[in-house]
Amino acid sequence: MSDVVMNQVPARRSLPFAQEAFSALAIAGLGAIGYFLFPEDLAFLTRLIGIAFLVLSLCLVTGYCGIATLGHAALFGVAAYAVGIACIRGLTDPIALLGVGIVTGALMGLISGALITRFRALPQLVLSIAIGQLVAGLANKLSWLTGGSDGLSGITPGKVFGIFSFDLYSRTAFLLSMSLLIIVFVLLQRLVNSPFGLMCRAIKDDDLRAKMIGVSIYPRLVLMYGIAGAVAGVGGALTAMSTGVVGLDSVSFERSAEVLVMLVLGGAGHLWGALAGAIVFLIFEHIVAAANPFHWMTMVGLLLILIVVFAPRGLIEPLLSQISRLRQPGSAA
Amino acid sequence: MRLVFSILTDALAYGMVLFIISIGLSIMMGLMRVVNLAHGAFAMIGGYLASYALRDLGMHYSVAILIAVVGTILVSIPFEILLYRRIYRNSDPLMQVLMTIGITFLIIGVVNFVFGPTLKSIPLPPLLNGPLDIGFRSLPTHRLFVIACGLVTALSLWLLIEKTEFGIKLRAAVDHSNMADALGIRTEVIYAATFALAIGLGAFGGVVGAEILPIEPFYALRYMVTFLVVVSVGGAGSIVGALSASMLLGLADTTGKYLAPEFGEFFFYLAVIGIVFVFPHGLFGKSHA
Repeated sequence: MSDVVMNQVPARRSLPFAQEAFSALAIAGLGAIGYFLFPEDLAFLTRLIGIAFLVLSLCLVTGYCGIATLGHAALFGVAAYAVGIACIRGLTDPIALLGVGIVTGALMGLISGALITRFRALPQLVLSIAIGQLVAGLANKLSWLTGGSDGLSGITPGKVFGIFSFDLYSRTAFLLSMSLLIIVFVLLQRLVNSPFGLMCRAIKDDDLRAKMIGVSIYPRLVLMYGIAGAVAGVGGALTAMSTGVVGLDSVSFERSAEVLVMLVLGGAGHLWGALAGAIVFLIFEHIVAAANPFHWMTMVGLLLILIVVFAPRGLIEPLLSQISRLRQPGSAA
Repeated sequence: MRLVFSILTDALAYGMVLFIISIGLSIMMGLMRVVNLAHGAFAMIGGYLASYALRDLGMHYSVAILIAVVGTILVSIPFEILLYRRIYRNSDPLMQVLMTIGITFLIIGVVNFVFGPTLKSIPLPPLLNGPLDIGFRSLPTHRLFVIACGLVTALSLWLLIEKTEFGIKLRAAVDHSNMADALGIRTEVIYAATFALAIGLGAFGGVVGAEILPIEPFYALRYMVTFLVVVSVGGAGSIVGALSASMLLGLADTTGKYLAPEFGEFFFYLAVIGIVFVFPHGLFGKSHA
């Protein structure tokens, strides 16, 4: 893993913001392809971006800090429910709702991070599952607040900036999600390459060594969890606003397991990997979803086993090493 | 009084089912440190096999149990050789979680393709059907049968681990696998045998407990979390721990379902968070440094 960390340190001076600009352009390009080639599927693409925020958030926790969690949907779901409840109670401005989602997500992240990051390995996993199930149980039982198993419906946010209203074809929702994705992605890129982000990687690689050089591990992990919660909150808020409903599926164990699969499919420890995993998995699911659910499960199961056996570091890692090998002769010359 | 009595019987039977299924997982996690989320999937295979043997082949109940246990072990062998051997011991828990979730999905898909996606009943023989009069009250015979099975399982496992040569080697492999290797104990054989034992116990529990945890298409996913929770509350690798955790959680869950059906699940997981937070290695677990 140490070679990867070394690659993250800029070796020489480069144009400021070049990497950020590249990422922003690349994501905008992908979005434009989606917008112009698949105008019928914008609702699906918006949903995809919402989930992509959750995978990015999981990437911060699992990929950069090495925390195995199976309850990550709780962060997403709590934010989505908070946004839904706020919207139904009369707060309809989309930007304000987004703020509600981010704040609740971050709070939930700090709380669950404070509990989960105290331990490692099995106790950590079980705590994360228990927190996820607790939130799912609450969402189901507090039906006066959350609608129980019927979920919340009738979430109708107002116009974005008072100009663009949410339309039937999800154009506004898609463009809003897309711009937020670009902003968040660029910010996260800054974050993971900052000293704080590099320190989180060091904790992941060898927490004992990190402790020995004087890093206090626990506050960093909790802080990272809080940031991850805010990112998941953006996704939850966007999903709640664009679909108009929030259901129990947004906090379910299956959702947590699914995003973990997406992350590892793409490659944990890379923001691009998280994004690629979400895109590949959800498009695959979208295409196969019409088939029998058990065929679908067999396929996903097989896919997972194959990834763990043949590409345990995800799809993006071989790709990136290929790119850097191509660039190596050029930069040496 | 009547209510307390029926809660206690149900809790005891439910706890025993949890124990029979989870003890296999507990041994496996204590010995091989594999977070085997697919354990419930093997219990499900046992249930489907028993149901097939009973309803379509017309076998006797005891033969059906035997078929289920042996059949599930046979099915599990290729998984052990091809997949589980890669993730024993010093593997990343994330990889273990992913692989075993993958195995669970695969098994759910294939089993439902082969046996059909409906709820499978396991008809009880007339001997176990109906109530049994124990003097001052009559109890469902099946509940008593389950409790007896649990006690027998606990006792024979204890004898196996504490009193036999296999048990001595197994404990050696748990405590110091490298040292055990160096002393000439063939740890791969021990691991394979323990894997088979764990899977067999899971299948046995799946069949015996089918009345309480019905065999249905999403069985493996639905109870995955419950079994894992039992193990982590009890402490991986401890029979006493698994037994007490099963009883505790069985009692908590059953009492919750009888008295406050709307909040059973919530208090269950709140209790789990509390216990795991205070005892991160479980009530009776040892920490593996």
